[in-house]
Amino acid sequence: MPKGRQKVMVLYLANSALDSPVIGWAVYDGTGETRHMAGDNDTPPYATGLDALKGGWRLFQASQLLPHPRGEEFDLAYLKYEFFFEQWIETP
Amino acid sequence: MSATDGLLGDADNDAGALLSDQQMASFVARGFLRFDAAVPDDINAQFMAEAGEAPEANPGRKLRAAYGRLLAENAIPEIAPGTPLYRAYREGSALQRVLNLPLVRGAIRSLVGDDPVFDHHFLHVTFPPRYHDAGGGENVSQHTHQDSTIDPRLAFDVQIMYYPHAVTREMGGTRFVPGTHLRKVSEVALGRYQNIRGQQHMVCEAGTLLFMHHGIWHGGGVNLSDRTRAMFKIRLHASGSQQRQWDVGEHPTSISQRPIFYVKGQRPADTVANILMTPEPWFEQDTGRLEFVNRIKLWRYLVADPTWDADYWLTRLEHAPRTLA
Repeated sequence: MPKGRQKVMVLYLANSALDSPVIGWAVYDGTGETRHMAGDNDTPPYATGLDALKGGWRLFQASQLLPHPRGEEFDLAYLKYEFFFEQWIETP
Repeated sequence: MSATDGLLGDADNDAGALLSDQQMASFVARGFLRFDAAVPDDINAQFMAEAGEAPEANPGRKLRAAYGRLLAENAIPEIAPGTPLYRAYREGSALQRVLNLPLVRGAIRSLVGDDPVFDHHFLHVTFPPRYHDAGGGENVSQHTHQDSTIDPRLAFDVQIMYYPHAVTREMGGTRFVPGTHLRKVSEVALGRYQNIRGQQHMVCEAGTLLFMHHGIWHGGGVNLSDRTRAMFKIRLHASGSQQRQWDVGEHPTSISQRPIFYVKGQRPADTVANILMTPEPWFEQDTGRLEFVNRIKLWRYLVADPTWDADYWLTRLEHAPRTLA
């Protein structure tokens, strides 16, 4: 069994800037110490993505900005500004 | 016999209490209408008796087996999709009585017209921790999802969520995100979104009804209480026109554009334009404007007026300067 466990936090922001407000979030805890699930909290863990960096989270993926296909400019689907963060937790 | 039983019959002769412009605009903007304690206690009690109770938790008994037995043995019938709604349930049954309440009949008429069609129904039961402990499963909330599958229509189906008993926060309750209904997503593809600003949890009195646009993002909350929670859902759709079926007040062509951006004071909160132009807490800063555009498109469809606009969003996009040639 490898040492260390990953905690993942996904933040959805109000625009592509990392210092814009958090509008959605999810946390998955590979240590097993906490169990997060849909609807478990109505208050975001951080006010902005930048605040998550200040809180010790490492950004490892951000959604791309893609052009809007002609004829589909007004179609909306999934949340647009998705940022994946991690913390690596050392284990004995 | 209660006062509501006498309302059974031809929908054309009894439209019920039609929705107002403001209620329809709120449904278009937010994707739901909530009616607290709308169903009388005697109907709620009758429904609970007809729905039955799951067998008590026993070590080793799988939850799925207990749930399946409840669904198989209760008095709620199997009904084929496509059945006219007002012929779907036995006369005198709790669900027929719910559908014939003036408030319910009027809301249905307003949203999907005068001859609604049954799609499907389901008894959603959320079990307390002892059932999960006994069966060896994990007690978790349902992932947030949009029902059915990708649905590109402008027309919409309605889902009636009926809460026959009081629901506390500890019991979970349906979680939903107002204003998400116009997004075209693929069922539980959005399951990654655990929490979204502005999400609501159904905490309500017995007999509460939630009318939802088919597209609204929602999921069942985790039940941490010691009581089993029940919610009954009926999906229905229009068979005729869905346009101008409510108590249409504001004549759509009489609405003039209100000043935008540079505004000197508060504007009336209860106009259709103001309701449609009210953002949700989760709106992204750019796509929130596209949400407004899509709300206007849906309102145009419902009022059957392809020129209706609010805050110049579509007029600006549709304006075409004359050319010299």
